[in-house]
Amino acid sequence: MIGLTHYLGVAAMLFVIGVFGIFLNRKNIIIILMSIELMLLAVNINFVAFSTHLGDIGGQVFTLFVLTVAAAEAAIGLAILVCFHRNRGTIAVEDVNMMKG
Amino acid sequence: METLNLLAAGPELILAAGAIILLMFGVFTKGESAAVTTLWLAVGVLVLAGIFAYAQTGDTEYAFGGVFVSDGVSRFANVFMFFGSAVVLILSRDYMIRAKSMLFEFPVLVLFAVLGMAMMVSSADLISLYVGLELQSLSLYVLAAFRRDSTRSTEAGLKYFVLGALSSGLLLYGSSFVYGYAGSTEFVAIAERLKDGDAGVGFLIGLALVIAGLAFKISAAPFHMWTPDVYEGAPTPITAFFATAPKVAASVLLVRVLYGAFGEVADHWWQIIWFLSAASMLVGGVAAIGQTDIKRLMAYSSIGHMGFAMLGLAAGTAKGAESVLIYLAIYLVMNIGVFAFILSMRRDGVHVTKIDDLAGLWKADGLSTFCLGVLMFSLAGIPPLAGFWAKFYVFQAAVDAGLIWLLIVAVAGTVISCFYYLRIVKIMVFDDPADAFDGPMLIENRLTLFGSAVLVFIFVVGGLGVPEMAAEAASVFAK
Repeated sequence: MIGLTHYLGVAAMLFVIGVFGIFLNRKNIIIILMSIELMLLAVNINFVAFSTHLGDIGGQVFTLFVLTVAAAEAAIGLAILVCFHRNRGTIAVEDVNMMKG
Repeated sequence: METLNLLAAGPELILAAGAIILLMFGVFTKGESAAVTTLWLAVGVLVLAGIFAYAQTGDTEYAFGGVFVSDGVSRFANVFMFFGSAVVLILSRDYMIRAKSMLFEFPVLVLFAVLGMAMMVSSADLISLYVGLELQSLSLYVLAAFRRDSTRSTEAGLKYFVLGALSSGLLLYGSSFVYGYAGSTEFVAIAERLKDGDAGVGFLIGLALVIAGLAFKISAAPFHMWTPDVYEGAPTPITAFFATAPKVAASVLLVRVLYGAFGEVADHWWQIIWFLSAASMLVGGVAAIGQTDIKRLMAYSSIGHMGFAMLGLAAGTAKGAESVLIYLAIYLVMNIGVFAFILSMRRDGVHVTKIDDLAGLWKADGLSTFCLGVLMFSLAGIPPLAGFWAKFYVFQAAVDAGLIWLLIVAVAGTVISCFYYLRIVKIMVFDDPADAFDGPMLIENRLTLFGSAVLVFIFVVGGLGVPEMAAEAASVFAK
């Protein structure tokens, strides 16, 4: 029987893969955008799993909000990335280094 | 609670309607002068919303079925955020025209960001918290990258976007655990659930992740890495905007979440806030010493100040919340004054931001030097200026709560930060003069600089009513 913990486990794994994708990836900013999506989708699994477990619709409503905002976020991220590519001619992570902080 | 109650959300509705109308206005007009008109209209919308927020009185009111709350805290924050943003918009006009970036999108984006902030400080539910936070963040990402032709600006936007999205992810993941283990997204219901006893380890994971996500937004150490780069790379008026209203919004949101939803489990979160506060005060002090760029210096300064604001938060009392509100109000006024000066640092038509460019300013412009010096002394926390009183209130709240070790760190942080603030005064007054800045300062920059220096000076006379306002606002957290 697949229960709440299984869903939470899958979501946790996806979330951690997403976080590591942001920090370990040295190649391409597009991969960072994909990792961010992965994190948000992991959160959605969590919300839906909790929602069915609790018998409360609120979590699924939250999921719809997250999906919508994630789409807007990806659009803005890609737009900024396009501007950056026009100026710098590259989207490699190690080239985002004009300012050192 | 189950009603629309639109009047309680009046300031936010004014902002939303204003932003959408100005967006349409901008689309159907062309040219720079139309963009300047949009900017002035946006200032008008902000002032209108600010007056509305100031005029709101009375009890705590809920709107939109209980996900949105209008109480003393949100009104206090709204008034300062709206008027602060209006001043920053006025100061931006000249810079944006010179940078050939005076597009109508700029004031519209600022309005949407402020709308997001107003929703953040009024949120009473994890969903409205998230929507408000994202409306603010998405607008700010675009604003950071606003100069599309500048590598530095787009790089700042990109860095801000990646780290901001990461922090939103952490916050959401935490929210899902809070929802799952407390059984609701509404703050009132979460607090009610926590009264029955501990919600378990899953809830604590959620709590820690929510705090981490919010700490990113207020740039508390160790989640501060994005701040200096974004402040340096973003166009200066937008840096000025970043350093003022969003900080107030995110801090007040943190107060609301910790005191409102998680007030019953204060013994679980105060250590996290303790650590964030101590780390921010030290990082803000030590890392600022070696800076040569004044925008980077202001970034570290803001990290340090957020640490001091969280000192009041760590106290976990209504008095702590009150001191945080006072701190934020004073911090906002001081920063606007400093940025009014930074925006007018121009040599041969080029905007300069090196600290060395200030050398010997005393001989060229005594009054500005004096005002900027007053603001620097105030940021350092030297009596009798406002910055001292801001620190006084948070220290008092921390003493009452018995946070002795954190106070020792705070005093160390204050002493370290004194060094770099006073170094700026020393460079302005005693160093050999550098080449003079271009022309006379614009009247709006001069007035803002002068006005905030005067406010900082006369704060000692009864605090200009700010402490009373904050005390009344924070009374919603009194038990």
